[in-house]
Amino acid sequence: MDILYKIFIDPFMQMGQAPDLLVQTLWEGLVAGVLYSLIALGFVLIFKASGVFNFAQGIMVVFAALTLVGLYALLGRWGLPAGHLTAFIALGLTIGVMFALAVAVERLILRPLVNQPDIILFMATFGLTYLLIGMGQIVFGGESKVMIAEELYLPRGAIDFKLAGGFVSLQKIDIAAAIIASVMVATLAIFFQRTRIGRALRAVADSHMAALSVGISLEQIWVVVWFAAGIVALTTGIMWGARSEVSFALEIIALKALPVLILGGFTSIPGAIVGGLIIGIGEKLGEFYWGPLLGSGIESWLAYVIALLFLLYRPQGLFGERIIERI
Amino acid sequence: MRSPTGNEIAAGEVILAVENVSLAFGGVKAVSDISFDIRKGEIRAIIGPNGAGKTSMLNVINGFYTPQQGRITYKGQTRAKMRPHEAAIGGIARTFQNVALFRGMTALDNIMAGRSLKMRSNLFWQLLRYGPAMTEEVEHRRRVEDIIEFLEIAHIRKVPVGVLPYGLQKRVELGRALAMEPDLLLLDEPMAGMNLEEKEDMSRYILDVNNFYGTTIALIEHDMGVVMDLSDRVVVLDYGRKIADGTPDEVKRDRAVIDAYLGVAH
Repeated sequence: MDILYKIFIDPFMQMGQAPDLLVQTLWEGLVAGVLYSLIALGFVLIFKASGVFNFAQGIMVVFAALTLVGLYALLGRWGLPAGHLTAFIALGLTIGVMFALAVAVERLILRPLVNQPDIILFMATFGLTYLLIGMGQIVFGGESKVMIAEELYLPRGAIDFKLAGGFVSLQKIDIAAAIIASVMVATLAIFFQRTRIGRALRAVADSHMAALSVGISLEQIWVVVWFAAGIVALTTGIMWGARSEVSFALEIIALKALPVLILGGFTSIPGAIVGGLIIGIGEKLGEFYWGPLLGSGIESWLAYVIALLFLLYRPQGLFGERIIERI
Repeated sequence: MRSPTGNEIAAGEVILAVENVSLAFGGVKAVSDISFDIRKGEIRAIIGPNGAGKTSMLNVINGFYTPQQGRITYKGQTRAKMRPHEAAIGGIARTFQNVALFRGMTALDNIMAGRSLKMRSNLFWQLLRYGPAMTEEVEHRRRVEDIIEFLEIAHIRKVPVGVLPYGLQKRVELGRALAMEPDLLLLDEPMAGMNLEEKEDMSRYILDVNNFYGTTIALIEHDMGVVMDLSDRVVVLDYGRKIADGTPDEVKRDRAVIDAYLGVAH
């Protein structure tokens, strides 16, 4: 009885007794969820347009953030004054680098592998992952760096307000991240569903051969989609980097996108968002209220358990396209 | 209707000429030394037993395969190699033997995808889905609705094509090809796996497309009755070689053709 009480009653009593802590936990979960969503969004973009699970999406986040910080430092060494202008020049250059990366991926990896089975392309993204890790370490070094958040006009500090006798503290950077992510998601969702290029992206995902026959250029589509994924990666890198620091450890966190995708469906942009939020909030609530029962640390695996349960009952995810195979 | 590339070809003139084309996969010769032509406005059939190289021939024409030897002249321009999306830009549309649709998309979206090349608004407007992008979307949607009406598939407009029965999938695929407003339409076994009624419907659509829009059609088909009724001229392949070429009546009486189809005593 005691254990049932601790699982089913005690946590909710705690929530009721200290609503400020509950709100704070929910907020933390929401913010983590937004960042998971952003990473998952990068995966969804490439999966929708090429049917490939891009294992390199996580490292692209790190790579983009490192490039931005590295270029800012380099420009400083060349004599540009530290500050907003230099930061935005560095941002522009980084966008250029992400475009170059998209073109290179298309030329060197995707084009030679046209019409190959998906698993081959998936393996190729593993190769890309390790290439980017190696290149990143050679060029920028392995140590952690500080994101140039202030130079990019990202707000700092927190908004505190009183709630039910306690305090809730919202980081401004987190609010900014949530707003930027929402705008990005809305734009991409409409783009995919309702426009020519969006339709072409989905067409390429379904059948390379048929897409070619109606005059869709695979090369162009792949560059567009990898570039878009690169921009999403850069945004994620900036936001996440501003909260903690820019290091290769981010790549591990990026794997959290996997349960998010299973939950939301691999082909759905809204799914990536909702999945990210559920995982983020679920994780924080679980850790804070139920974690002590299991000696804490459940944050690192809870997401995967949720994903596993989903796989059993709804393998296409919450919003995934249900493709029925006719035999 | 006119594509930006290539010269104007009058009806009855050669729109596509294949000369001495050979194609091999490793040691296997799919097509050897084949020549024939397609005239503007006609329905040209390519027939032959299984493995005769018919589909390979279509794949050469629309650029999926590059032949090792031979020349292809399309709209007066001779080329050794053409990429599939360049063929599409030049006005060649096609359907596939085993139906290659965008399975996760609705019938409407599939056919809209066929208009990709006709739509011009840039990425910026598309991201906003406003201004030129919106006007364009509406205009093309109107054309697509005409095609949907013509093919009598209005009732399945919003259905994901993956769940449609085979006969309707074939019709959607034809619709997608028609949306390209092609000058040359390649149909790879448009009636495979259909019952009699569906075959009659499909035959009617093919004839109507040819009559109303003047679209040149090259088709592969196994049903001899259909081929003889529909086509103006027939080319017969066997083991990758051309064994006959002429009107349906000529081909029907050809000794080599009869031997290829019925077998021959040695």
